Amino acid sequence: MSDNSLTRSETTATQPVPYRGGGFSPKRARWVAPVVFVILITIWEGGARLGWISPIILPAPSEALNALIDLYNSGDLIRHLSASLQRLVGGWFFGTLLGVAFGVAAGLFTLARAGIVPLVAAIFPIPKIALLPLFIIWFGIGEESKIATILFGTFFPTVIAVYGGVDNVDRGLIRMGQSFNLSWWSIVRKIILPGALPAMLSGFRISASIAIILLVAAEMIGAEYGIGAYILLAGNLMAMDQLVAGVTILSLMGLTVSWIIGRLEKILLRWRV
Amino acid sequence: MDLHLDHISHNYDGTAVLSDIHLDIPKGQIVCIIGPSGCGKSTLLRFIGGLEKPTEGQVLQVGNPPEDSLNPLTYIFQDFALLPWRTVSGNVSLVLEDHGIKGNAADAIIKDVLARTKLSDFADALPKQLSGGMKQRVAIARALAVRPACLLMDEPLSALDSQTRELLMDDLVDLWVRENYTAVYVTHNLNEAVRLGHKVVVLSRRPGKIREIVEIDIPLQDRQAHEHLLSEKQAHLWELMREEAMAADQELAHV
Repeated sequence: MSDNSLTRSETTATQPVPYRGGGFSPKRARWVAPVVFVILITIWEGGARLGWISPIILPAPSEALNALIDLYNSGDLIRHLSASLQRLVGGWFFGTLLGVAFGVAAGLFTLARAGIVPLVAAIFPIPKIALLPLFIIWFGIGEESKIATILFGTFFPTVIAVYGGVDNVDRGLIRMGQSFNLSWWSIVRKIILPGALPAMLSGFRISASIAIILLVAAEMIGAEYGIGAYILLAGNLMAMDQLVAGVTILSLMGLTVSWIIGRLEKILLRWRV
Repeated sequence: MDLHLDHISHNYDGTAVLSDIHLDIPKGQIVCIIGPSGCGKSTLLRFIGGLEKPTEGQVLQVGNPPEDSLNPLTYIFQDFALLPWRTVSGNVSLVLEDHGIKGNAADAIIKDVLARTKLSDFADALPKQLSGGMKQRVAIARALAVRPACLLMDEPLSALDSQTRELLMDDLVDLWVRENYTAVYVTHNLNEAVRLGHKVVVLSRRPGKIREIVEIDIPLQDRQAHEHLLSEKQAHLWELMREEAMAADQELAHV
């Protein structure tokens, strides 16, 4: 090292070290979503009013809103919605209940796992709507077949999520429970189930979306009332405004479910880092 | 209650992990087990507490544990093993609930053990809010709550930074001076071994055999004053371990 190395000579270029970090961490920006939404609706409404978008292809948002208001005033909205929600809640609830029971069993017991997992793998990929005709033969054209479709559709993803969640519970915690002589039931109730809860809740998110999809499909095949039936009828009559109104209701249903599960996660998983 | 390890050997998938471990753990002493990584010291500790079974030999309890001991053989784990969804006091109450201790009786025990581990102000905190050292103190409080006859500590300070480790080591010494607990303390840190161990058992590399048992007869509370003697002991232990550690480092993992 010569003395020169300590002083900046004119021939040596001096510059700050280039910054290479940053990025890869999207932040929350609450205002973006409403702005995007408003812009899209405005373009859509404007396009329809200026005649760029034919009302036969896509009705203006205002017309869809009118259709929604008409539906509400006629009293049919409540009828459709309550029919749909009953099916949705009933099918989802019992499908989830059974799914959690079978999933926990598959997570805990060798025999149950060996029996359930291959069966789930074989039946899960079948689109449950393909089984609806079968369910109609079994349970009739009434509510039962629709609920059975939703139940069946939510059961399998729940089993998969729950037994994956049970599998992923920290073995160290279970070993700790054993080392303090906790009973088997205490270990399941106080360590395994709470530990599997995050996976269960994300499973519920998926099964709830599947339930909505199956609800509409089942209602399209045979129902007097229900959002699916309303949309199907609107389509048959080429009433595009009613169709968009119906689809909007579905979207709102999905958002509501996702919001409820989000709240549940916030409350129940406060302990998560 | 003393513990007696009776010629323990263990094979795992055909690989010998431990070979003929014969050892006494007398009441009121801290026995440190050190050895190179992979020598089976943690496995040995799991045998002592009955979490795993050795292929040969057995662990014997000599004499009965004290009447009031709820869980005679109690672990303190390296990763703390706290339930993240329970508060500090909830984590302690977890190990009491199964013994039917609830309500006021449980509260009294929880209050007592939290005071003894200097955690009284944090009873309602969740584990995610605590530092590593505090988490381990919660685990110690939880262990004390069941009045163990013997504490089984599996590298309890290894996940902590060195300052926290010093503080907790002092806590463990203070606690021993007050309560004279029996403990088996597995570590790879020689300094912890000479600070806490009445007896230091040096295991060889896999398959782990007892190479030497080093007795340190300076009282625990006086050890910091005898820095010189301790570093001599530590140097001696390092001499014993050096070759083993080097050889263990060169081995391929059989996984």
